[in-house]
Amino acid sequence: MTSIAPVLLLSTALFAIGIYGVLSRRNAVGILISVELMMNAVNINLVAFSRWHGHHLGQVFAVFAIALTVAEVVVGLALVILLYRSQKDVAVDGASALKH
Amino acid sequence: MDPIGFGIVAACLLLSAMFVVSGKNLVHSVLWLAVTLATTAVLFVMLAAPFLAGIQILLYTGGVITLMLFGVMLTRRHEGVMIENESSPSRRLPAAFTSALLFGVVAGAIRKTENFPEGPPRQVSTQEIGNSFLTEHLLAFEVLSILLLAAMIGAIVVARKMDHGQERRPVRSRVPRAGEELTP
Repeated sequence: MTSIAPVLLLSTALFAIGIYGVLSRRNAVGILISVELMMNAVNINLVAFSRWHGHHLGQVFAVFAIALTVAEVVVGLALVILLYRSQKDVAVDGASALKH
Repeated sequence: MDPIGFGIVAACLLLSAMFVVSGKNLVHSVLWLAVTLATTAVLFVMLAAPFLAGIQILLYTGGVITLMLFGVMLTRRHEGVMIENESSPSRRLPAAFTSALLFGVVAGAIRKTENFPEGPPRQVSTQEIGNSFLTEHLLAFEVLSILLLAAMIGAIVVARKMDHGQERRPVRSRVPRAGEELTP
């Protein structure tokens, strides 16, 4: 396979699936999982371009992206636990009550 | 890259991603996410990025999935492992429409683009990545480590904060000191 287009299509499809999950889920952990899928699609893109350009920059960026994702998951799960403590439920519909 | 191998990996990725967003049980969703991330590591190996494949297995399938499972288990409402993860029916159709629209637009743009880079010229070695971290991207590297520290401290602070004393138990009074009487 000499064209990069199939890899880009694959990552686009993964990203679209992640968008669907973010928009349709009610559970906050479910939304975090879908965001993980989208981040994963982005990483595939970065690595694919790194491969086709023969340059290391794409992989360096992918490592940064992975580290940022981990930070995001940590903070997101802490917020989910806070949401659960205050509402006994992790559906995002009532999350605006966290403002106080 | 072998087209057949790529097809198999792509099919596995898309199928497991579908299961992630459509599953009714949240625990199963997390486990399917683990499958997706591990398959992505395989794809990274096929894209000649073994270092990133290792990082992916270590951080994602090792760390993030464990964290997610903890998050699921800590916030469950029911006994057993069945944790409801219903997507609301009123949102399912607009969500499917939006994601299909996004996919259509981006896929059309990819098909129309002609001047993609020509073929894989050479492999990137892990040594190059490491050198790049400690020379040209040193500042970003250090900022990232500070960000990770901040995220860790922030998560601890946020998760410890109780609201209106609902569940707050003073930590100190839980263990009676020696010689102190146990009061009910």
